[in-house]
Order: sequence, then structure tokens, then C-alpha cells
Amino acid sequence: MSGPDGLALRAEGVALGYGGRPVVTDLDLDVRPGEVLVIAGPSGCGKSTLLRAFAGLLPAAAGRVTAGGEPVTGPSADRALVFQDDALLPWRTARRNVELPLAIRGVPRGERRERAAHWLERVGLADAAGRLPRELSGGMRQRVQLARALAGEPRAILMDEPFGALDAQTRATMQRLLVEVLASAPATVVFVTHDVDEALLIGDRVVVLGPRGVAAEVRPGTGAPDHILRDRLLSALGARDETKEAV
Amino acid sequence: MRIPPIVVRAASLAAALLAWHALTSANVRLWVRFDRFPGPLEVAREFGRQLGQARFYEDVAQSLVRILSGFALAAVLGIALGIAVARSRWAANLLQPLFEVARPIPAIALVPVAILLFPANEQGIVFITFVAAFFPVLVSTRHAVRALPAVWEEAVRTLGGGRLRVLAQVVLPGVLPGVFGGLSVGMGVAWICVISAEMISGDFGTGYRTWQAYTIVDYPGVLVGMITIGLLGWLTSAAVELAGRRLTRWRTS
Repeated sequence: MSGPDGLALRAEGVALGYGGRPVVTDLDLDVRPGEVLVIAGPSGCGKSTLLRAFAGLLPAAAGRVTAGGEPVTGPSADRALVFQDDALLPWRTARRNVELPLAIRGVPRGERRERAAHWLERVGLADAAGRLPRELSGGMRQRVQLARALAGEPRAILMDEPFGALDAQTRATMQRLLVEVLASAPATVVFVTHDVDEALLIGDRVVVLGPRGVAAEVRPGTGAPDHILRDRLLSALGARDETKEAV
Repeated sequence: MRIPPIVVRAASLAAALLAWHALTSANVRLWVRFDRFPGPLEVAREFGRQLGQARFYEDVAQSLVRILSGFALAAVLGIALGIAVARSRWAANLLQPLFEVARPIPAIALVPVAILLFPANEQGIVFITFVAAFFPVLVSTRHAVRALPAVWEEAVRTLGGGRLRVLAQVVLPGVLPGVFGGLSVGMGVAWICVISAEMISGDFGTGYRTWQAYTIVDYPGVLVGMITIGLLGWLTSAAVELAGRRLTRWRTS
């Protein structure tokens, strides 16, 4: 199943923040249609805030945020957001959660069911379709969220540390699953994480976000060995993350 | 040895009945006086007699119609307005001052107002019942809306859902657990008010019948009325509770 083309996202001279104090200022960032861009950065650097701006949930305090050349004024079915946890509607079964974007798009009931089943199978949850979110593990809930986002066939998928609340092993499984599922999806992906290895595994391109915009940029899989890219990202992230190297 | 809970419960009830019987049949006067108080056998006999009369069922039906109409109105308006004031600043500014002023007034104190406003007793009693149940529902709905996690709404909006979809598929189901707390309380105060209103201004209904039995010195009749009210209140509360558990099954494991 192939959806519509990926969406170009763009931030021009953007300042973002809650209340008076901006977390990010003067940010320029281009996300090319169809690419998988990972935004890395320490906690509080504004990476999730930027994602919310792309999603249309948070207006920019200054500058312009555009999607496909049009200014972003609010949320849209074209830009699905995958949250860290607990974003499934707890009173709906896994299948009914995945059907939600289809219902919003006006897909007839019978077809909704079929397509939801397809996406659940795709994330390996065909047997769990009838279960409520509380009856699923954290990793399974994130799979359902992924299936829900993909089912709406958005032109951009925005992922806000989607595996941040999972244990290491589930996390590795989910990362592999995501890479595999995204390989056949034409949508643009913006993936936010603070984990450098996750960034290198998933991204076509990884940027490190600093207080004044993009602090570093690397392209995994274009020749340079991973450990060099990793060192570059870590140094851009600052000494705080050096401890992680030992892990 | 473990005694099954049901046995303990039955024994507790039986002991109370026995004590009641002993106190009244011995005409005990120990500051509290039981010499004119009807005993359980007398009350049971009277209850049996009333159960054989159509009037008993007419009264019960009348009270039930009143409380259910008032309660249904309160549930619908309480939930709708509770959501409105919690989600719209405009609605909050418009309605909140009215609610704050009206809320402390006990519904039963509105009897004169109801008599002035409504052409018939019937509507007045339903109105009082409605007012009584309305505020607990309103307040609990308002709190439940405010306590909703933002992520559910954001998820639906980024899937393309508009305001109505958020209302119907996030807010309404999401507030139900909180709303049912208010509905339970509302049902309780609705009974207090429907019975009091019937005692003051009714011309039939269980509350009216109970008061009338008192005025004609029919004490067993008074107790039959009270027991009837107790049973009806218990039944309706249990129904609300059951509906709540059914509708919010997704919460409990």
C-alpha cells in the first residue's frame, strides 16, 4: 500500500517556546520530501517543541513554519504525530484506535476494518486487535500508535521520542520494525530522540539542535563510518552525553 | 474458623430487627420512648396490606417518574453545560457567575419559587429534583474535562479530527468516569428533594403518602413509606453505579 508523496517541511527564522521565554530562536531547518530526518538534542533543547510546531499544535513565536510551501496554521491529517506514550484512546480497542484516522477521512466502515487489520498485521499485532490499550505492553501500545499514524496515510509522520519509555530490548525491536516499515512508506519522517545510536540507525540525516538552531548535521550511510558520525554528534551534544559512550 | 460475609451481613440485619422488636414489644421508655413506636411485625403487616393495593404502586410510579425526569434533565444539561464551561472561555464567563450564585441555595428552598413559576405541582417537583441533581453533575463534569490528558485531544487533532470529533470521541468518553461520580451524588440528593417536595406540595407520590400517614397518626404507614423510599433510592443508585461500571470498563483491570 503506497500513500501520497512526502511533504516538505520548513522552519524559517523560527522562535519557539511556551509563555514568554523562547526555547529556540533563529532556527532554520528544511525537511525534504520523503526523507527521514532525526532531530537529536539534550532534554530541553526544544526538539519536541519544534515537532509540535510542525504538527500545528504550537504556533511559532517568530518566523515561519511551512508544510508543502503553505504556512502551518493548525493540525492536519497530513501531519500525524506519534507521542511517547499513552496517546491511544484507552476506551477503544487496538483495532478501533487504528480505525480512527480512517473514520476521520471518511473511509466506509467495512473498508476501515480491513485497512486497520492490514496495518496491525504490519506492526505484528494481528492477534491483539481486540485488546484495549491497558491490556497491551508499552511496546505493543507504541506499535498500535505507529499503525494508527500510518493508517491515515499522512504525508508526514512526526515522532516525538516514540521509544523513549521502552526498555532497551523492546526499543531495539521497535527500531528495526520502524526502519522496515518506513522503507516502504513514502511519507516524510521527522523523528525526535536524545539517543545517538537510535538517530544513526533510523535517520537518512541527523541534526543536532542547539539553542540557536542546528548545531551539527550528519548523513549516516553515505561512506563515513558510524563511530566517526557518532563522535561528531556526541561532541555537538556536549560533554554531558560522553558518559553514554561507555554503554 | 471463617464465617462467610453473607452470614455476618444477614446476622447484622436480623439482630437490628430483633432489637427493634424487643424494644417496641416491651414498651421501653429510657429517655427515648418506644411505647408508641410501631414494631417490625406491625410494619410488615402494614407493608403487606399496602402491597395489595393499587395506590401503593401508583405512588411509587409517580415518584419514580418525577425523579427520573428531573434526573435525566440534570444529567443531560449538567454534562453539556459542564463541558461548555470547561472548554469555552465564553461559556464560562457567561454561565459561571450564575452557577456560583445559584449553587449554594438548597434545592428544597426553591419550593416557593417552583410554586410561583410553574402552573402545576408536578412540574415544580420535577424542577426541584432537577436543580438538586444538576449541580453535582455540572461540577464533576467540569472537573473531569479539566483533568483530561491533553495528549488524547492532540492525537485526534493531528489525525485530522475537528472540534466535534474531539468532543464526541475524546471529551465525552474521557469524562465519563468523573461524570458518574457526580451522577451518583446527584441521584442521592434528587431523592432527598423529590421526597421533601412531595411532602410539602405534592398530592400523591411516596413522599406525600408518608407525610399523610403521619398527619393521620398512622405510624406503621410512615415507616412503610420510609422503607419504600430507602429501597427505591438503593435501587436507583445501584442502577447508576452499574451503568457507570459498564460504560467505563476500559479503566479497570
